[in-house]
Amino acid sequence: MKASTFKYLHAQSKDEAYAAFAEYGDEAVILAGGQSLMPMLNMRLAQPAVLVDINPISELSGIVLLNQQLHIGATTRHVDVANADLIAAELPLIGCAIKQVAHRGIRNRGTFGGSLAHADPAAEMPACAVALDATFVLQSRAEERRVKAVDFFLGVMTTDRRPDEILTTIELPAQTSNDAWAFHELSRRHGDFALVGVAATARRRSEGLEELRLVVFGCEERPRISKIAASTSLSQKDALELATAVAEDLDPMSDLEGDAKTKRIQARTLIQRALDDLFVEGANG
Amino acid sequence: MAEMLPIKLTVNGAVVSKLVDPRQHLTDFLRIDLGLTGSHLGCEHGVCGACSVRVNGQVIRGCLMLASQTDGADVQTIEGIFEAGEAAELIAAFVARNALQCGFCTPGMLLTAAEIVAEGKLLDRQEIRNELSGNICRCTGYQSIIDAVEMVLLEKLKEA
Repeated sequence: MKASTFKYLHAQSKDEAYAAFAEYGDEAVILAGGQSLMPMLNMRLAQPAVLVDINPISELSGIVLLNQQLHIGATTRHVDVANADLIAAELPLIGCAIKQVAHRGIRNRGTFGGSLAHADPAAEMPACAVALDATFVLQSRAEERRVKAVDFFLGVMTTDRRPDEILTTIELPAQTSNDAWAFHELSRRHGDFALVGVAATARRRSEGLEELRLVVFGCEERPRISKIAASTSLSQKDALELATAVAEDLDPMSDLEGDAKTKRIQARTLIQRALDDLFVEGANG
Repeated sequence: MAEMLPIKLTVNGAVVSKLVDPRQHLTDFLRIDLGLTGSHLGCEHGVCGACSVRVNGQVIRGCLMLASQTDGADVQTIEGIFEAGEAAELIAAFVARNALQCGFCTPGMLLTAAEIVAEGKLLDRQEIRNELSGNICRCTGYQSIIDAVEMVLLEKLKEA
């Protein structure tokens, strides 16, 4: 199908985008890589009056390391995240998961911030952002807000971003050698949205793992830290028991790919694989 | 209709200046306005890959980019890539391996395969399959397409 008519604005600066938000309010929709929005336009699931294309705003793109924090510009394309030496060295969880994001042609165009702002429950990057305790920088003409990833995702394709704000930068603490991580995903075809997936980080201690941040995606309405996993300081022998408990605590949405019971079983298996990875030093990277 | 927007871009090496409807996607622009019908439209929502074109050197979905976003861009379609001889080895391998039947997916397959070959990494069959996963073929069952890409990759590596 073809998109319905809209007015198209090529924003050359954040100020031009803010001016469009002021004039058109929530009739204006931000276009970044367009790899989620364009299908919605073509299928007329979205029919905005105005598209504000932020691709020309060069300051919104790029990856830098500042004070042990990776700052990823919102319009940095997936392919550039996947190929960045900084990501491979400092954020191996993202480096691993980004390879599972969509297909080559979509990674060449889709953006890191766009995937987060779109907030598809089956997308990889929102889950990784929560597991890595990312901070999202949101700017409007009036103010700049910093929102933790765990507070940003409110529901299916619903976030804390206000219509007059641009998600400009995502800040992620660099992973260290003491940070264990794991990523597993089940999909029918490489690059498809996950049926179920798991992103997890933890700190290695001599007595096992602490600060376990385990996020299941493709399952519930939004990515969240498993409270059961977080409250546990566990050793490897408890992994099966914990995987079962975390999976039981899920409230999966049934969809065409599987009912809630199926998803819980799939999640339990992936959680167990993730916990096994976390315990094996150097299993990842 | 919304206000028409002027765009000026390079398509297969030639400078093109046109007025476009803001809602028109790139593949419709190439097919309807420029008569370049080698890029096909299958699903029109980014799943099938038949509309693949190259923008500023990278393969993208032509149905997921607006023509109005290509102002100043360098666009290459299967026609331009064929004319330049860039896909000659891949095309020969596709023919040798029977890697197409109806041919609808082939332009997109060739563009994606050309990007994989240009990266110059030796990939095993599963990796080739993963790299091509964004291009759907309903005829071949993919084995012969993987054969063809593998053949070209192996030849390239032998040369290097």
